[in-house]
Amino acid sequence: MKRRAKFLVGGLVILAALAYLIYAGVTQSLVYFVTPTELLAAPAAGKSYRLGGMVQPGSLKWEPKSLDLRFVLSDGKAAVPVRHVGPPPDLFAEGRGAVVEGSWSGEGFFRASNILAKHSEEYKAPHDGAAPGYQELLKTLRGSQASP
Amino acid sequence: MTVGAPEIGYALTVIGFALALWGAGAAVLGARGGRPALVTSAERAAVGAWALVSAALVLLAYSFLTFDFSIRYVATNTNLGTPFYYRITAVWGALEGSIILWAWMLGLYTFIVVRRYRRRQPALYPWVLAVMLSVLAFFLLVMTVPAPPFQRLDPVPADGRGLNPLLEDSGMITHPVALYLGFTGFTVPFAFAVAALITGRVGDFWITTTRRWTILAWYFLSLGLLIGGWWSYHVLGWGGYWAWDPVENAAFMPWLTATAFLHSVMIQERRRMLKLWNLTLIILTFSLTLFGTFLTRSGIIGSVHAFTQGSIGIFFLVFLSLVMLGAFSLLAWRLERLRGQSELDSIFSRESAFLLNNLFLIAAAFTVFFGTVFPLLSEAIKGQKVSVGAPFFNLVNIPIFLALIFLMGVGPLIAWRRASAENLRRNFLMPVVIGVAGAALCRALGVGNLIVLCCMGLVAFVAATIALDFWRAARARRRTGDGWLDATWGLALRQNRRYGGFIVHLGILVVALGVAGSQAWSTQTEATINRGASVELAGYTIRFDDLQPVEESNHFKVVGTFTVSDRRGPYTVLTPAKKFYPQEQTPIAAVDYRLGFMEDLYLVLGDFARDGSHATIKVQINRMVSWLWIGGLILTLGAALAIVPEPRRTATRSRPEHAVVA
Repeated sequence: MKRRAKFLVGGLVILAALAYLIYAGVTQSLVYFVTPTELLAAPAAGKSYRLGGMVQPGSLKWEPKSLDLRFVLSDGKAAVPVRHVGPPPDLFAEGRGAVVEGSWSGEGFFRASNILAKHSEEYKAPHDGAAPGYQELLKTLRGSQASP
Repeated sequence: MTVGAPEIGYALTVIGFALALWGAGAAVLGARGGRPALVTSAERAAVGAWALVSAALVLLAYSFLTFDFSIRYVATNTNLGTPFYYRITAVWGALEGSIILWAWMLGLYTFIVVRRYRRRQPALYPWVLAVMLSVLAFFLLVMTVPAPPFQRLDPVPADGRGLNPLLEDSGMITHPVALYLGFTGFTVPFAFAVAALITGRVGDFWITTTRRWTILAWYFLSLGLLIGGWWSYHVLGWGGYWAWDPVENAAFMPWLTATAFLHSVMIQERRRMLKLWNLTLIILTFSLTLFGTFLTRSGIIGSVHAFTQGSIGIFFLVFLSLVMLGAFSLLAWRLERLRGQSELDSIFSRESAFLLNNLFLIAAAFTVFFGTVFPLLSEAIKGQKVSVGAPFFNLVNIPIFLALIFLMGVGPLIAWRRASAENLRRNFLMPVVIGVAGAALCRALGVGNLIVLCCMGLVAFVAATIALDFWRAARARRRTGDGWLDATWGLALRQNRRYGGFIVHLGILVVALGVAGSQAWSTQTEATINRGASVELAGYTIRFDDLQPVEESNHFKVVGTFTVSDRRGPYTVLTPAKKFYPQEQTPIAAVDYRLGFMEDLYLVLGDFARDGSHATIKVQINRMVSWLWIGGLILTLGAALAIVPEPRRTATRSRPEHAVVA
């Protein structure tokens, strides 16, 4: 009986430690998922957010020399300027959905540390070189080949 | 109504479903009424259902090869430009096809069960068959209602949409196959668990059979996870191999619980303890494979590579509830028979080391589960969209995994029942000294990170215990006259389970070093450079030389040429690219890399000027990532060694099967 009690206490101590570990893990790495409207309603600087919205057409600015990437994420009602260091990632484009991880800078823009672009899986009727700019891109690149 | 491939395929799945359903029912009736004719009928139904699923799979593959765009699934996942081999892998490249592959493998396992256990195990066998056929029937139901692969597309388009470009990779041949062989493989131990509970025969035969099948499934699941990591590393272009993505977590959870089972089953074999616990672990493992499928296929949690949603989620949820409810009710019903026959004697014993191992493995599985469903819980309870990302999983799991590595050294060497001070000193004094010395050496070499130091010290400790055990055993054999080579080899073959286990442990150690090293010492930079200019990182100089468009059958790509030199001079030329697919609005990066034993050079083309005047690149020096693949290889070799039948154990296996008396 005494031995059983000892094992029980030992087990409970370990379980309590694990529970604390999980609790600490949650409180330290909580990330709030917000829309632009929700973020602008109560922007808290320094807090970790995942901000989801659509990349507003015409807002994308990419400066290769300084690796400065700027765009505006919008949900139709509110729009949040976002800044990021690094080239626009794959699957990222104007008019498409994107989720950015980062925090509110307190200076009127969202500082993104990571951009998660969304992959669209919906079926689209196929037509030649469907994607906008595809043929044009192909053409300019062929042109650049001629003049090195 | 036209009759073509879609209609034939649909008919195959519907008839297959009916056969599996009939088979399951007949097996139950046959087992209860003791009517062998019904069991034979169930067998035929099982073989028939598998044949039909095979035919459906072949038909789907044929439709892909011949570009039959009247099938919606084919039109969505291929186009006229898709190369031959990717048209084969496209068969299981998305939701519907992956379910067919799943059902086919389940049919294959059912077939093997029929062949192996029909005569050998007449009491358990009909129930095993009934369970396997029920699961097969469920997957065929999914194929007929919520996710039909053979849906007709009308009008038939001239060309298809094309495969998700990220799936155009050789890893797509092996990764899903290994992963699903692992997932479906857990159905066999689960079926034996249910059969054992129903018949009350939870004795020796159950253990041997379940253990071997679990190792087999575990082997495939490990392989699938590794190849998944490799795919993530060399295709996705972020330089990592594990992101705690829901899809990865879904496969990792059953791996953890199965690992727990493979250890605790040894206590049941030796000490007749933990029967209830072992059955629980098997049920949990199987349920987690279903849960994982639910999680990733229902779209309930957004994931980078989750498939699209539909009514499929509710099917899986209902089936999962039925499975868990049924299995745990059986467990409660048989509770009396599952009492252990002995008790724990001491904290310093192999039993308690294994118990702790189980506790930590389950804790890790729970952590992963909790972190994965946390967004759902939070939204349901507080109405707040919150998530916990990779930092949560790392923070909680690192201490747990370090503890597990420690136990990996203790468990195999400590005495059963009660370890004397002499036993502890004899087995662990040297390894502890080596472990501390290893950590001290790393500190002296300039390792500052505390977690990495802990990891290094523990790895040295465990490696020392393995070496010690092996050396002792080989020396003992050598006394009987064998040479060193014969002694070592003979040992591995004769006690293949024990030494297979040790090799798996060695593999884990190498993987642990790879994880620690890559997390602690990898470095990266991003820069835009003009043509002819270069960027430097960690002794490498990367010069941007050229940018060229290249046309492929189903896409075109822009390939950058970068000449790399290291401290000694010219090293290599890397050609990362951006691929443009007509069906995608945005390009996809193709990474180029040079793998090395201590470090990989990893180059991603981020952006480029259309005139080729400058390019933005990301350079990563990923340290010790290769150790993951090497460790993974060692691990799977060890698992393979543990699966081959043990020559010496054949005598014990013929012991009569007995129902355990309470």
